[in-house]
Amino acid sequence: MKLLSRPFFWLIVAVTFLYALLPYLGQNITLRETLVLSAIYIILAANLNLMIGYTGYVNFGSIVFFGLGGYLTLWLIASHHWGLYPAVLFAGLVTSLLAFLLGIGVLRLRGAYFALATIGINEAVKDFVANFEPWGGAEGIFLPFTAFKAMGGPAKALWTVYLLIILVMGLSLLLTYLVKRSKFGLGLFAIREDEDAAMVLGVKAPLYKTLAYSLSAFLPAVAGGLYFFKNGSVIPDEAFNLHLSIEAIVMVMLGGQGTVTGSAVGAFLYERLRGLLLTLPGLSNFHLVIAGALLLLIILFAPGGLMGWLYRVWPRLRRVLE
Amino acid sequence: MPEILAPVLDGLLIGLVYGLAAIGLTLIFGVMDVVNLAHGAVIALGMFAVYFLFESGIHPYLGLVIVAAIGLAFGVFVYLIAVRPIIDGPPLMTLLATFSVSMVIIGVGTALWSTSPYNVDFPVKTLNLFGYTVTSARLVAALAAVLVTAFLYTFLYRTTLGKAVRAVANNREAAELMGIPSQQILALAFGIGTALAMLSGALIATLFPFTILSGGIYELKSFVASVLGGLGNPTGALFGGVILGLIEGAVAPFIKVSWTNVIEFVIFVLILLFFPTGLFGGRR
Repeated sequence: MKLLSRPFFWLIVAVTFLYALLPYLGQNITLRETLVLSAIYIILAANLNLMIGYTGYVNFGSIVFFGLGGYLTLWLIASHHWGLYPAVLFAGLVTSLLAFLLGIGVLRLRGAYFALATIGINEAVKDFVANFEPWGGAEGIFLPFTAFKAMGGPAKALWTVYLLIILVMGLSLLLTYLVKRSKFGLGLFAIREDEDAAMVLGVKAPLYKTLAYSLSAFLPAVAGGLYFFKNGSVIPDEAFNLHLSIEAIVMVMLGGQGTVTGSAVGAFLYERLRGLLLTLPGLSNFHLVIAGALLLLIILFAPGGLMGWLYRVWPRLRRVLE
Repeated sequence: MPEILAPVLDGLLIGLVYGLAAIGLTLIFGVMDVVNLAHGAVIALGMFAVYFLFESGIHPYLGLVIVAAIGLAFGVFVYLIAVRPIIDGPPLMTLLATFSVSMVIIGVGTALWSTSPYNVDFPVKTLNLFGYTVTSARLVAALAAVLVTAFLYTFLYRTTLGKAVRAVANNREAAELMGIPSQQILALAFGIGTALAMLSGALIATLFPFTILSGGIYELKSFVASVLGGLGNPTGALFGGVILGLIEGAVAPFIKVSWTNVIEFVIFVLILLFFPTGLFGGRR
């Protein structure tokens, strides 16, 4: 595929640059903090889409990758004095490898059984980490101030990390786009439609599923490393927050499962909505209720999400927006 | 008898309550192939139901009957709103739909009652059982769980309506052809499952303090118990609950409480991997 001649590729590049430059040019920290959350949501939703949208396996515990990445990164920096770059890359690779090994086992389960196991994995890892003394137990890991010094002081380090998170966001969108257009992606879609039929047709379903699971772990783990580095600390409840991985499912469903644009737009809209609800007086306690009701409405009335609806109204859009 | 048996006895009693919660989950799965992810939230609702009944002067054990009735009605309501329209869709959709119900319940609960702990504070006696001291609350909770289970079995195996539920579980189309209104039966089964979850929550509330988020732990315990017994198998779920309680009791003297969850989840994932139809084998 000639990537450079695809308008969609340039759209991804444009969005990434927009995210990176908007706050950077004006040195607008408020805008940066809003966009960082939105970017993290897009990363989580895009990578989750590989499992839910492409392969048809509901991963309720996708946040476990994000949390593990955060923990590994901060542990390497705080206890072993690694630099940020090798630490996040290593954290991403280790998490991805762990996901691969875990996937070999867990992906033998289908449908509801798999979904249940993913909840179990996240909760088990969370409880394990909360009891694991080398990682600070329930108190978590705090970064020493010197960690930021190596990157030219906290103020500069935060901007660097912001740009890195945006880069990971761009890469997530690019990755899901490339997978969708590849033979590998077609195999995943075949598994989603009918796993047994796909296997009869020669799709190596167990391998493909495991690769998809492992692939969906890498960038969230890197993002987790960057995000918690930016926070300066990581605790079990924040790192393995099951709610966030459920919200990621809402984002994917809202935008339209199986589409790259959908996962990004869904995440963006969800972040906006959540921000709006949190600031509106009287509604701040209800954001979970509204997210739940929204999810239910999508499932009952628009299972294709926003993109499904757009494709129906405007079928030619299918050719431009993946 | 040695000291070690005291926590095991405690574990056995609480295990029966876990079993009751697991039956609620497994019954719904067995009848309609839906994993009810609102299970934990409903358990928490049961806790709050018994708490508010108690606050308005009704004894917790009398409150159980009312809680069961509320649970049945609430379950039917949830089924009609969230599950019925997509009952024939892919399993992903029912999973997400029941999960969204859970989000709504927990969200409303958090807004109304915050996440601080509540406690049903009623007088509890300590009894002497075979030379061991147990609290009356624990004993009654276990007995109630057994009674409710017996009641459920009588319903399923001794009444025409129960027979219809089993017929729909076996083969919905065939049951339809025999003139069984399958949608109403599904709604009833969802209601019963929800009622059992609320009952178990109510029983747990008489033992421990709780918050609106407490249901999550018991939801996971219910999953573990029901996969131990084989998803869809009520008897298996009860035994699964007892096994879980016994494990908790047996390891309690040796390790920190916070590790029990890790052990349970590891067991859970291992059972799913190696015995997906449960320890007792076979499907339903």
